Amino acid sequence: MLTPAEWGIVTLSLKVGGAAVLAALPLAFALAWVLARYRFPGRLLLDGLVHLPLVLPPVVTGWLLLLAFGPLGPAGRWLESWFGVSLMFRWTGAALAAAIMALPLMVRAMRLSIEAVDRRLEGAARTLGASSWHAFWTISLPLAFPGVLAALVLGFARSIGEFGATISFVSNIPGETRTLPLAIYSALQIPGSETMVTRLALFSVALSLGALLLSEWLVRRTPAGRQQHDD
Amino acid sequence: MTIDIDVAKRRGDRLIAARFTAGPGLTALFGPSGAGKTSLLDMVAGLLRPDRGHIRVSTRTLFGDGIDLPPEARRVGYVFQDGRLFPHRRVRANLLYGVKLAPPASRWMSLDEATSFLGIGHLLDRWPGSLSGGEAQRIAIGRALLAGPEILLMDEPLSSLDAARRGDIMTVIERIRDDLKLPILYVSHDRDEVDRLATKVIALDG
Repeated sequence: MLTPAEWGIVTLSLKVGGAAVLAALPLAFALAWVLARYRFPGRLLLDGLVHLPLVLPPVVTGWLLLLAFGPLGPAGRWLESWFGVSLMFRWTGAALAAAIMALPLMVRAMRLSIEAVDRRLEGAARTLGASSWHAFWTISLPLAFPGVLAALVLGFARSIGEFGATISFVSNIPGETRTLPLAIYSALQIPGSETMVTRLALFSVALSLGALLLSEWLVRRTPAGRQQHDD
Repeated sequence: MTIDIDVAKRRGDRLIAARFTAGPGLTALFGPSGAGKTSLLDMVAGLLRPDRGHIRVSTRTLFGDGIDLPPEARRVGYVFQDGRLFPHRRVRANLLYGVKLAPPASRWMSLDEATSFLGIGHLLDRWPGSLSGGEAQRIAIGRALLAGPEILLMDEPLSSLDAARRGDIMTVIERIRDDLKLPILYVSHDRDEVDRLATKVIALDG
């Protein structure tokens, strides 16, 4: 169905998307937990910062990444001098851009599922001898887990579709940073490549729709999801 | 065995305060809704921190004199009004939750003993969501007993049950009081319940 070149684009996209959600997962969960469970000064600001990539023009996000992770940026210089690593024009940079763009969606999905966990169950676990850490691992996390999985799926789909921040941060290099949307964009510039555009676009639609359905199914498995849908 | 309680806590514009001692048997904390009875049990369990005072069980200080034991170190069993069974674990796993966490020396009941004591052997493979109110309350009682508590707190354990089930569970509570000889702090606003079950009544006013 797809040509070898197209398969290369697809596997690169899957690699970038997979790395992006795995990198974003711990940070997204920590942010979701803090936002769901704690009241503190600056909470609104943190909430705003987390959601910023959702409303900022993606090109601006890419440009900010360029400033931070470019050869002269603070994060870029630090990575270069300590690890000899540069994200510029590399697939890892594409994964970083995708992770930043997927973060708000992931935090939102996880936060809803964490908020839906009945905290009184943790109290019950404590009276049965569980430390707060043990209660987290055995009660809260398992109950929120379908939401965490849903966030992963949703974040993955968002990462695969990432365009603006990626192209401004790591450019559009075949085999390195040319993911599905960038490849479709490039093919659109070349006369006679309509069939490639069609095939890649259909593939994107199938992937995104599949991810949305999977994530919705997973959300319905949380207690909160069940309540919402049973009403 | 003496339970010695003297606590006060301000919640909003309400002051919850109580001072009493309770011996063996079932001590009923009796009073109207809103008198802070549940808050009092939460303080004994370690789920709510008193502003001042002390909570002692025999010679152990659970709270006061600079001590504030976390709930998991108190050995206080708690049967909640709404059961609070873990919805993602089968009945057996709910019952066993506290067993592995309790030091072996402090366990005084096995799963077999608990299931026959409560008549819940046939429920072990069920999910909490599929239980009736009376069944769920038996499991909640069994779960609390299996963690090896020194005292048991019960917060209106009959309030969600119909008349027939209330009688069943009251019989179970009497056997915990008389056969297991576990001291119980029992919250209720129902006069009949208190008359039948209580060895001692502490009146709390609103």
